[in-house]
Amino acid sequence: MTDTRDVKIRVRNLSKVFGNQPDKALKLRDEGMKRPEILEKTGQTLGLSNVDFDVMEGELLVIMGLSGSGKSTLIRCLNRLIEPTEGEILIDGDDVAKLDDKSLLRCRRKHFSMVFQNFALFPHRTVQQNAEFGLEVRGEEKEVCYQRGRDALKQVGLDGWEDAYPSQLSGGMQQRVGLARALANDSTVLLMDEAFSALDPLIRKDMQQELLALQHKMKKTTIFITHDLDEALSIGDRIILLKDGEIVQIGSPESILTSPANDYVARFVEGVDMSRILTARSAMTDVRATARDDDGPRTALRKMGDNGLDSLFVVRRDRTVLGIITAEDTERAVRENLTDLSSIIHSDCCQVSPEEPLHNLFAMFAGHHHPLAVVDEQSRLLGVVIKGSVLAELAEAGEAHA
Amino acid sequence: MSDATGFTIPKIELGDWIETGLDYLTTNYSSITRGISKFTETGIDVLNDALMWLPEWALIALVTLLCWRLAGTRLAIGSVLGLGLIWNLDLWDPMIESLTLVVIATLVAVVIAVPLGILAALSDRFYKVIMPVLDFMQTMPAFVYLIPAIPFFGIGSVSAIFATVIFSMPPAIRFTTLGIRQVPNDLIEAADAFGATRSQKLFKLQLPLSLPTVMAGINQTIMLALSMVVIAAMIGADGLGNEVWKAIQRLRPGDGFEAGIAVVILAMLLDRLTQTFSKEKKPRS
Ligand SMILES: Nc1ncnc2c1ncn2[C@@H]1O[C@H](COP(=O)(O)OP(=O)(O)OP(=O)(O)O)[C@@H](O)[C@H]1O
Ligand SMILES: [Mg+2]
Repeated sequence: MTDTRDVKIRVRNLSKVFGNQPDKALKLRDEGMKRPEILEKTGQTLGLSNVDFDVMEGELLVIMGLSGSGKSTLIRCLNRLIEPTEGEILIDGDDVAKLDDKSLLRCRRKHFSMVFQNFALFPHRTVQQNAEFGLEVRGEEKEVCYQRGRDALKQVGLDGWEDAYPSQLSGGMQQRVGLARALANDSTVLLMDEAFSALDPLIRKDMQQELLALQHKMKKTTIFITHDLDEALSIGDRIILLKDGEIVQIGSPESILTSPANDYVARFVEGVDMSRILTARSAMTDVRATARDDDGPRTALRKMGDNGLDSLFVVRRDRTVLGIITAEDTERAVRENLTDLSSIIHSDCCQVSPEEPLHNLFAMFAGHHHPLAVVDEQSRLLGVVIKGSVLAELAEAGEAHA
Repeated sequence: MSDATGFTIPKIELGDWIETGLDYLTTNYSSITRGISKFTETGIDVLNDALMWLPEWALIALVTLLCWRLAGTRLAIGSVLGLGLIWNLDLWDPMIESLTLVVIATLVAVVIAVPLGILAALSDRFYKVIMPVLDFMQTMPAFVYLIPAIPFFGIGSVSAIFATVIFSMPPAIRFTTLGIRQVPNDLIEAADAFGATRSQKLFKLQLPLSLPTVMAGINQTIMLALSMVVIAAMIGADGLGNEVWKAIQRLRPGDGFEAGIAVVILAMLLDRLTQTFSKEKKPRS
């Protein structure tokens, strides 16, 4: 299904050698040597070697690998914070690797914004001024900067904190500022280098959910780096696995789980048989909001907006499930001044019992991002299961098992 | 220089060469030096007259208010007592003359030093060139600078300013460079990632973040300037130094100490006042 989308970034043959004799290192690489031998022979570190992949328009691509595998190098080559040694990086057809200084600045301003592991907020600027930075650098009008900065802060739930300084905020809030700074300038690609790794686990889960909600809403092409399989599985549309600067596997979370190509993943996947005893109940989360069958489209849309959802289950007064409505359809209904929801309800939405084994849920997610409704025998809504939490649950079980 | 064999290595005529060079400069560039001289003199006169025009009590009140706002009541009390003592000792006019020289010399030094410091922070090559020069400038005994000043600008305040600027500039350069180089790399990277140009990085990031350090450098420059302005009495600069100088010539240690105490008071006030700028500004919480 990802293949039907346009390619946003095309990376070809990307290599990076740290050191002063890159040619020598690449030659040895071509003769079949691996990173440790090359380092020993020449003192050059092969940061990346022949990396090839595409990033689809609007997808959330996760790059995963152990520490030192080259994740940061890879993401920094894309906007050339690190100069690639060889290879092409085509974004909308332009080769970033060949841009002169001026065009590179323009390219960074238009296409890339970045969120950093250690936040990298500007301590002498207020939260608002931090959010405005990208726009200010691009030379936007004062009011535009102000407005968009404010909007971005609102999106990440920081309204009211505009005049605070970063040092006055908690870690989670600081990273929200980092995210707002990246969202404000509306670049076409969002780069996130271990953006949530410095946060404590609960906040981290929250931020993941929020990122997913934002990403579903804005369809922004996002490249997210992590060394955490859990995180990769719960947020990634696709995952790239790096090892010693080379790609070992590219694929959907499912395919990474079902046919792992590297030991690190394989160890997790051993435990995935656990899914036969794990059930929908374990991956189920509370329903944040539902639409009532007598709600109008406007009410439904507001409920989605208030809760950051892009779909809602429609229930009767006794909580029996009628179906699901999407934000898109509801918006259309509002525009067309429809007064009830009946015409836009998808009554074929998937309903599962809490006892359904987790691995059976994969198939039901195929082709869409909507959650599944978990219902009791009377078809009353108990909770929802989203795709990410199924995978996360499996991964956790795997971890515990391994 | 001779050794046992009677073989002599002739003395290198370093001093002669330097004199020849200075002669060349003074004869060929006298119009420029005269211009600078005139300009500086005017600056000194204007500032001096302005400070003298104010009645003593008014200036004391102004300074005290400033101390109170910037540093608190303790310094304010200190300023009233200290300046009052100077007034009482009849050293008010020389104190103002010294202050004028310090202010002008510091202004000139900062205007030259900060851009040089920025350059040294951004260019490794310039850094390698200027650091030994700064070491040289700082280890050279202070009054050596007085000698070449005279052929250029003659006896008097302009020569004093010239020597003071040279002598007091190094810390401002060093601290500016240090401050900018201290800006964390990840912040520079973040600015780069958003497509900031070199000058945007400089003005939006490096300079604001290095401001406390730069101010610490300027504070040191002011202190050095004050010490030099006092020594510059030897080449005819007015002010407190001149009072000390006169006391030495007349063998009147009491007068000398009085003037010395006035220098200390002035130094402490200038130091504490400028230090408040170099402290990290805490965000209001
Ligand atoms: N500037 C550099 N000079 C030399 N070697 C470097 C440089 N930057 C990175 N490397 C090396 O390149 C390899 C990949 O580093 P990179 O930072 O991309 O790893 P990573 O996957 O991001 O790891 P982590 O999870 O620790 O952030 C490492 O072996 C590292 O030591
Ligand atoms: Mg990294």
